[in-house]
Amino acid sequence: MTTATTEKTANNGVNVDALFGAREALTKAPEAAQFKWRASCEWVKGTQSRSTVDSFYGLGAEQKHKTRFSFDSDHPEVFASEDSGATPVEIVLAGLAGCLTAGIAAVAQARDIQLHSVKATLEAGMDIRGILGADPDVRNGFDGIKVTYKIDADASPDDIKALVAQSQKRSAVYDIITNPTNVTVEVK
Amino acid sequence: MRTTTVVIGAGQAGLAMSWWLARRSIDHVVLERGEVANSWKTERWDSLRLLTPNWQSRLPGYGYQGKDPDGFRTMPETIGFIEEYAQAITAPVRAHTRVTSVRNRGEGYEVATDQGTWQCETVVLATGACNTPVIPSVVEAVPAAIKTLTPLQYRKPDQLEDGGVLVVGASASGVQIADEIQRSGRPVTLAVGEHVRVPRVYRGRDIKWWMDASGVLDQRYDEVDDIVRARNVPSLQLAGYPDRRTIDLNSLTAIGVKLVGRLAGVNAEGKAQFSGSLRNVCALADLKMNRLLDTIDEWARKNGRDGEVAAPERFAFTEVEESPPLLLDFTRGRIKTIIWATGFRPDYSWLDVPVLDHKGFIRHDGGVAQSPGLYLMGLPFLRRRKSSLIDGVGDDARDLSAHLASYLRDRALSRPELIAARG
Repeated sequence: MTTATTEKTANNGVNVDALFGAREALTKAPEAAQFKWRASCEWVKGTQSRSTVDSFYGLGAEQKHKTRFSFDSDHPEVFASEDSGATPVEIVLAGLAGCLTAGIAAVAQARDIQLHSVKATLEAGMDIRGILGADPDVRNGFDGIKVTYKIDADASPDDIKALVAQSQKRSAVYDIITNPTNVTVEVK
Repeated sequence: MRTTTVVIGAGQAGLAMSWWLARRSIDHVVLERGEVANSWKTERWDSLRLLTPNWQSRLPGYGYQGKDPDGFRTMPETIGFIEEYAQAITAPVRAHTRVTSVRNRGEGYEVATDQGTWQCETVVLATGACNTPVIPSVVEAVPAAIKTLTPLQYRKPDQLEDGGVLVVGASASGVQIADEIQRSGRPVTLAVGEHVRVPRVYRGRDIKWWMDASGVLDQRYDEVDDIVRARNVPSLQLAGYPDRRTIDLNSLTAIGVKLVGRLAGVNAEGKAQFSGSLRNVCALADLKMNRLLDTIDEWARKNGRDGEVAAPERFAFTEVEESPPLLLDFTRGRIKTIIWATGFRPDYSWLDVPVLDHKGFIRHDGGVAQSPGLYLMGLPFLRRRKSSLIDGVGDDARDLSAHLASYLRDRALSRPELIAARG
């Protein structure tokens, strides 16, 4: 049984050759694989704040985004706020969706699967008695996250399921959410 | 002492290499820290049976002669089989000889042991892939009241205190140990990371028969897309039960084992934290199993085998409860024992040849190490998918002994004085 080499035809706009090249290079130079991701945040008013991302560190050097991105977050009116932005927990869902969907495109490219459309809906349950301090047995965070994908692609249903499964396996945000992470918050 | 080739380890890999070296008239010794089949004798739990059927233990010049080709050997039977092989091929085994260092010396190698030092031109490391259990660093946060064991220390359920047991890892060792401990009346929680699910019997034939017949096990290391990944695939969820029943997460759930995600940490309150990825690792395993079964079905169809076997089937997906627990309190006394079935790695602490990569594994190309004259045997996917099976060492020994022989020949041609020295 041998692996047949065939012409790759799918184009999902992901440069997987560059990704595989990076994997090869970083295996030989693991120090260049050490990245630092950063965000800064400033309180605006009330429950509104503005986070910006601009620079990060990686490949042994300081790096800059092409543009400075900013995200306003706030609480909705049902929380007696002004609703000037998404709630922070919704931004977490957006982060998860963005990460998984990017992964699906990359894995599809690597597996030569042409995507036509990829749509995800996300829903996370939360008992807000946790954040209100109304019941010490209720956690603050989500009690679970449900992600539903609808994908139109030139592949069998099982191959599409395998794309989504592999994307979870390689997703940073999925890992951040499903596994504990040490968080250190200091005041200077 | 002097010889041409020193083989380290008298398990199936070292003995298969010895058979091929003898056939190629290469002078050698096989050094063994204990006795032939030492790991099989001292590092396996009592109920373990081989995961491959009897017919599939084929060593060079030696095969299964008994009346139960589809059965699975017990450990005493496995040990007996390997001992008989060593005798049948009159392998030059030096038992109770522990290697303390291997280093480059002049044109060859110096192998120091507690029974004297050998000078040689080539060395074959056949010391196994499972010398040292890999234990995750969270072990440090486990309360002292909980006893922790590795599969090398585990023998049988009765050795454990009564009460709950957390088995970490759901590959071949973890699922078998979880099964027998749960049946002993100790409630088992099984922490499940990535795993490889296969049925024991498919379409009336052993899964290993299909993998052997269809060429999956013969797939070579230079044919697969990603050899690093292939070499790190966890062992198949298999057991060699006499009734040939399948063991998988569904069969464990059915007897009461509680499934949780990968053990991710122990928090400041002494609670174990499990990953929320259980559903995905099960989906990955189910989909991967079906791809293997698709490959098998396609092979059967193309090779006209459909008539002699049962019809294709697909198995129920792994059942995962709606919200698997994410925390388990280690301080409440419900868990008495943790068993780390989290994998193994080879031990090269005695190897003073500069061939280790940044993770401590030997850099090699299909068993030819990056130090001329140094060879490896018996590691996962060394040269073929079957390389770590008893059935796989013969072909690897044939290939690598041929490489070794041509290495010696080339050297002799370029250095005539070495021929004289070898005498």
